[in-house]
Amino acid sequence: MSENKIKYTVSVYSEDSVGLLNRISAIFQKRHINIISFNVSITEIKDIKRWTIMVESSDIKIKKIVGQINKQIGVIKSFYHTDEETIYQESCLFKIKSSLLFDDRKIQNIIKESNAVIVTVNSEFFVIEKSGRSFELDDLYEKLSKYGILQYVRSARISVTKSPLMISEILKKFKKK
Amino acid sequence: MPKISGSEAVIKCLINEGIEIIYGYPGGAIMPVYDELFKYQDKIHHVLTRHEQGASHAAQGFARISGKVGVAIATSGPGATNLVTGLADAQIDSTPMICITGQVSSKLLGSDAFQETDIIGISTPITKWNYQITNASEIPEIFAKAFYIAKSGRPGPVLIDITKDAQFELFDFSYSKINGIRSYNPIPDINNNKIKEAAKLINQAKKPLIVWGQGIILGNAEKELINLVDKTGIPAAWTILGASAIPTEHPLNVGMLGMHGNYAPNIKTNECDVLIAIGMRFDDRVTGDVTRYAKQAQIIHFEIDPAEVNKNIEVDIAVLGNAKQTLKEVIKYVHVNSHKNWLKEFSDLYQVEFNKVINAEINPTKKGLTMGEVIKQINEFTKGNAAIVSDVGQHQMVACRYANFKISKSNITSGGLGTMGFALPAALGAKMAAPNREVVAIIGDGGYQMTIQELGTVFQTKAAVKIVVLNNDFLGMVRQWQQLFFEKRYASTEMVNPDFVKIAEGYYIKAKRVNKRDELASAIEEMIKSKEPYFLEVVVEKEANVFPMIPTGSSVSEIRLS
Repeated sequence: MSENKIKYTVSVYSEDSVGLLNRISAIFQKRHINIISFNVSITEIKDIKRWTIMVESSDIKIKKIVGQINKQIGVIKSFYHTDEETIYQESCLFKIKSSLLFDDRKIQNIIKESNAVIVTVNSEFFVIEKSGRSFELDDLYEKLSKYGILQYVRSARISVTKSPLMISEILKKFKKK
Repeated sequence: MPKISGSEAVIKCLINEGIEIIYGYPGGAIMPVYDELFKYQDKIHHVLTRHEQGASHAAQGFARISGKVGVAIATSGPGATNLVTGLADAQIDSTPMICITGQVSSKLLGSDAFQETDIIGISTPITKWNYQITNASEIPEIFAKAFYIAKSGRPGPVLIDITKDAQFELFDFSYSKINGIRSYNPIPDINNNKIKEAAKLINQAKKPLIVWGQGIILGNAEKELINLVDKTGIPAAWTILGASAIPTEHPLNVGMLGMHGNYAPNIKTNECDVLIAIGMRFDDRVTGDVTRYAKQAQIIHFEIDPAEVNKNIEVDIAVLGNAKQTLKEVIKYVHVNSHKNWLKEFSDLYQVEFNKVINAEINPTKKGLTMGEVIKQINEFTKGNAAIVSDVGQHQMVACRYANFKISKSNITSGGLGTMGFALPAALGAKMAAPNREVVAIIGDGGYQMTIQELGTVFQTKAAVKIVVLNNDFLGMVRQWQQLFFEKRYASTEMVNPDFVKIAEGYYIKAKRVNKRDELASAIEEMIKSKEPYFLEVVVEKEANVFPMIPTGSSVSEIRLS
């Protein structure tokens, strides 16, 4: 175990209950840890939510944090994984002046090469969407920022793990009890 | 069945859970529940404390001595925020407690209405669970859940906030207790391999040491611990919340751990070959510098809460589960043994501590009265049968060090949070939960004045609490640190105190002040014999220090005797 900080994805399966967000974010706040990105969504199991929380932390700390999250009533089970252990995606939207498309043809090539999707175009602005790994989004941002971006927004990371998480088994085990 | 109101449902839930006493303070947003309390006063005794903080600590005292869930109730806004210290205290000391708060009507939520406060937000990090009820129909299920959560597994406080409209709303009531929540596993399954590994290590140990905590008391595992200790002959030491689980006089009870604990168990922590921690969480006040804590030892941790394993101290074998069950299992595999030579090392060190510290503290010859001699006299007249409720500071350490315990659940003190003002209301709660027991509160002159208003509750309830204030006209523990680590700069620690006897008498409580040694025994005798509440102020030496001491940042082996 080491004290070196790296990016971890914390995945939490939970009940859908008011106030749990506070309880979980308090665990990070108490340790003065900033959350990089945060997503809550529905899952493969009815009425069960999945939280995907990105933080920078050490192996020693993240283990204890997940231990504390697991203790919270409403949490079915939580996990932490490194980037290598997950398949993940993020997505982002760029709003750019339409005139730029015609002033500088290079923009069209950047969009094509990056596999970004044009969401809408009108006479004033156009919006493109790009999904992918963090560095791909960073790369596109870098290239487009030279031309001027009107608005840029990026979603939280969502990820699935390479190894199974066995949530249904935990729920089944409870039913048997 | 006719429909009933949410507020009546609250009372019925409490009755269903066997609650007979609750502590609280009325106010606007909780008035419908108080109206029902009036109707049900033959079933539930509501104790009107003089401050909501007092209600929370009284509920804690009730829970700590009885092992049952303590209940406190208050209104919204300031009523709710005044419960916060008690909630935080109960959370860190794993005390089963339920706090019920009124809330503004659901339509007004978020409008900054009169006495609206986000008590759910405020109490989230200091509760095991909390919930805001906005519909009366939620009441039975949420109360059942709250009681189950508060008392199961590692216990803790639960707060239920109920909007005023939900208290008025009519609905069909039915109550059933629950025994499971799918997102909550209170007691981890026992792994038999771990039990066997632990037993093997215990059997191989040449210099084993048991360190136990409140997990023994909360898990009702006193008998199992004594059986383990007796069978293996292993010396056993306690954290202050674990005190009283094994009688003080037990030959293998080697005393208190930690900052002001006994010399031998602290020194021996860093000399043992196997450290067996049971139901304790390696608090920093117990471990001192963690990088120099029991490094030579293999460590076994019996623990109910998986998050405590490897949190502060890395352990070699973690035995998860309820201490009662895991100890029962491990006892099957451990060998009968005695560790005579090893034990002698403890008694030798005890002798060193006795000569340098204890003797002068409990058998003083110098002029000023010591805190230790007061505790010694209380031991004499209660024969070790009293429950000692201490506040926070020097007197607390002295009380924990020198009190004699024969009965479990008898050392009631604010351990983790260190809440000054805890003892007076907690003693009241303890006395009401166990009216046949002698309950003696030991309080400093500082902490006493933080909740002194609860003398009014003592007077009104006539709960025969014995209140001992050890008065040194100082915030003694802080002063001790100022003396030792801040070159005697006594910043804001000296207290100019009122006439405590007159104040007690103002509440019609029998009161006495002692400042001479030859008056002490008779005063304590009179106090213990009293059938009514009794207040005794003992004027002790102004600038005495509590030793032994492990200074912050030092290792347990660097414990100082002076």
